[in-house]
Formats: sequence, structure tokens, C-alpha cells
Amino acid sequence: MFAGTTLLLTAAAQAAEIVAENGAMPHESVGLPQLNTHHFAPQLFWLAVTFVTLLFVMSKIALPRVGEVLEERRDRIKRDLDAASRLKAETDKALADYEKALADARSNASGIAKETREKLAAETETERHRVDDQIAAKLREADKRIAATKSKATSAIGEIATDTAKAVVEKLIGQSVTPDDVKKVLRPVAGE
Amino acid sequence: MEQFEIRKIWDLNFLGHDISFTNSSLMMIVALLLISGFMIYAMNGRSLVPTRIQSLAEIVYEYIAGMVKENLGEEGMKYFPWVFSIFIFILVLNVIGLIPGNFTVTSHIIVTFALAAMVWLTATFIGFWKHGFGYLKLFVPSGVPLWLMPVIVPIELISYFIRPVSHSVRLFANMMAGHTMLKVFAGFAVMLPWWGKIAPAGFMVAFTGLELLVAFLQALIFTVLTCIYVNDAVNMHH
Repeated sequence: MFAGTTLLLTAAAQAAEIVAENGAMPHESVGLPQLNTHHFAPQLFWLAVTFVTLLFVMSKIALPRVGEVLEERRDRIKRDLDAASRLKAETDKALADYEKALADARSNASGIAKETREKLAAETETERHRVDDQIAAKLREADKRIAATKSKATSAIGEIATDTAKAVVEKLIGQSVTPDDVKKVLRPVAGE
Repeated sequence: MEQFEIRKIWDLNFLGHDISFTNSSLMMIVALLLISGFMIYAMNGRSLVPTRIQSLAEIVYEYIAGMVKENLGEEGMKYFPWVFSIFIFILVLNVIGLIPGNFTVTSHIIVTFALAAMVWLTATFIGFWKHGFGYLKLFVPSGVPLWLMPVIVPIELISYFIRPVSHSVRLFANMMAGHTMLKVFAGFAVMLPWWGKIAPAGFMVAFTGLELLVAFLQALIFTVLTCIYVNDAVNMHH
């Protein structure tokens, strides 16, 4: 690049010199200073020197430094962004895990509650059945007792009636009678 | 027109060639030192978070890098240092030439022509080197009917050969016209009586601002055209 540029500009300088030497322009031109061909060669020479030096300094020293810094910054930003997106993914995952755990716990809890409820209901049911059975048994027993008492009472009534009738008859006729006689008389009355 | 006059500072001769150190050479050296100093000093810290001057250097870098990438693509980045040097050299020469009393190197046609010729020859060389004689297809636009070719080809040829001229004259003429204008109005400001000085002086202030813009713009235009010419040679898009 430098070689090419230097070559170009020195060639131009030489061409300008040839023009200046053979040119029709008088040595001290009166027109525009820009058209004084005698000043072409030194300008071109110094242009070549300064421009090639500038090109060298820029391409070898100055610009790589700027490029380096810019690239480093770009890399740094990219790295930071990558790290940020990685962290975000991690956070998202943690959040999803947490939500899943929460949902699991919730469904677990509701399962346990349901189970307990069912167990308790079953227990209550059996207890109720037991109590029902007990009550029924007691009822039956009571019925039996009532029946027994009733029959006992009924038989006692006959006896009392006989006794009463005997006493009444004895009082009325002044003579003792046997219970069997009374019974014999009373039986049809009693409807037996 | 003495502001455009070349003055010799040292008479130098090299093997019979005139290489005198002139005010023009001085300004070129000053520009070279300013640019190199700025670019190297600005990047001294090479900090990840740039200082003000460093971000200035980075902005110029990225601006030209973006322009080269846009025109020449990623592989065109090998021409980047060259394009960057052209831009910053012309820009600094234009701007320091605006300081009163300074000589404007780019107001001389020979300098701008040499730069434009360098661009043109480089582009032409790249074109033939990359495409061989296929580069001549640049002068035969596709999609043009055959009977138009005798007209189109000479036009394309002329426009190609006129490139360095238009490229250099644009910069030179802008610089020279601007400086001449400033000189004329400065002359008015000096010649007019005290009550009349304010108008040309005020105009000079405004016009100097405009010239600053022109100095930047012309450096930019020169660089953009450089990219376009080299792109023609590299990619042959026409």
C-alpha cells in the first residue's frame, strides 16, 4: 500500500517537474499562484512524504489501537449480555421449579385432606352403625322386658282377682272358700 | 491572491529536483503532526469507557469505517486505513487553512489533483487486478440496446477519465472560492470607514462558520467519492 502510494505520488512529482521545465509558463507567473508550475514539484514531493507518513502512522499505529478498543468493548458488551441472558435463564428455571414445587405441595396437601376426610367419614359411619346396632339391641331387650312384665302383670291380676274375690265371697257368705273354687267360678269371667 | 502564494522557507534540492520546503509543506507537516498526535494521544488510555477525546477519535474511526463498510463491504475494510488517511488529511488541511494567516494546502489544484489521481489510479489498478480485462465491462452497461453502444461507451469512457478532474476541481474550487470570498470581505472591512465595518465583519463571522461546514463537507465528499470509485473497481456494480 505504501509502496504503491509512494510510487504514484513521486511519479506525479516528476511529471510535474517535466511540465515545469518545458512548460510555457514564465518563471515568475503573474496569474493565479495555483497555476505556477514551478511550485508543483515541491508540493507534490511534500504531499507524498506527509501522506505516506500519515498512512503509515494511521495503519500501523493509530487505527489498530482504536479498532482494538472498539472490538474489546464490543466483546465485553457481548459477554455481559450473554452472562445476563444466562442468569435470566437460570432465574426463570428457578422460578419454574419453585412454582412446580408449590403446585406439588398444594396437590399433596389437598390429597392428604381428602384422604383424611374420607377416613374420618368412614370411621364415623362405622361408629354410627355400631351405635345403631347397640340401640336396636337395647330396644329389643326392653321390648322383651316389657313383654315379660306385661305377662307377669297379667298373671298377677288373676291371682289378685282370685284373692279379692275369695275375700269378698268369705265376707259375703261368712264361710271360707278355697281359691280353686273361686278360680273355677272366675275363669269364665276372666275369659280364659 | 497572495494568500495562495507559495513561499519557500528552505531551498532544497535533491539530485537536481526542486523539493524546497515551503509554507505548503509546513502546513502538511503540521497536519500530519496534529492528526498523528491526536489519534495517538486520544487512544493513550485505551479505556473501555472512553474519555471525551478518545470517544472523538472513536467517532471519526467508526464514521469512516461505516462509510467504507457500506460502500465496499466487509472485505473492503483492507482499504480502510487509506480512506481514513485521505479523509482526515483533507479535513485537517481544510480546517487549519481557515485560521487567518494560515496557508490552505487544499486550495492548490496540484495537491487535490495528485490526491484524486492517486484515487483514480488505485481504483483502476484494483479493477484490472481483480477483474482483468473484464474490468472494461464497466464501460458497457448491461441492459442497453446494442445500437446505443456507440454512444454509451464513449460517454462512459469520458466520464471515467474525467473523474480525477471533477474529483480534484470540486475540492480545490470550493476551498479557493471560500478563501477568496473571505479575503474580499475582509478587504471591505478594512477599507470602509468605521461605521461601515460592522456589516462585512458580521458577514465574515457568519461566512467563516459556513466555510467550516464546507471544509468538513468537501473532505467528506472527496472521501465518499473515493469509496464509490474504489467500489466500482472492487465490485463492478454499475
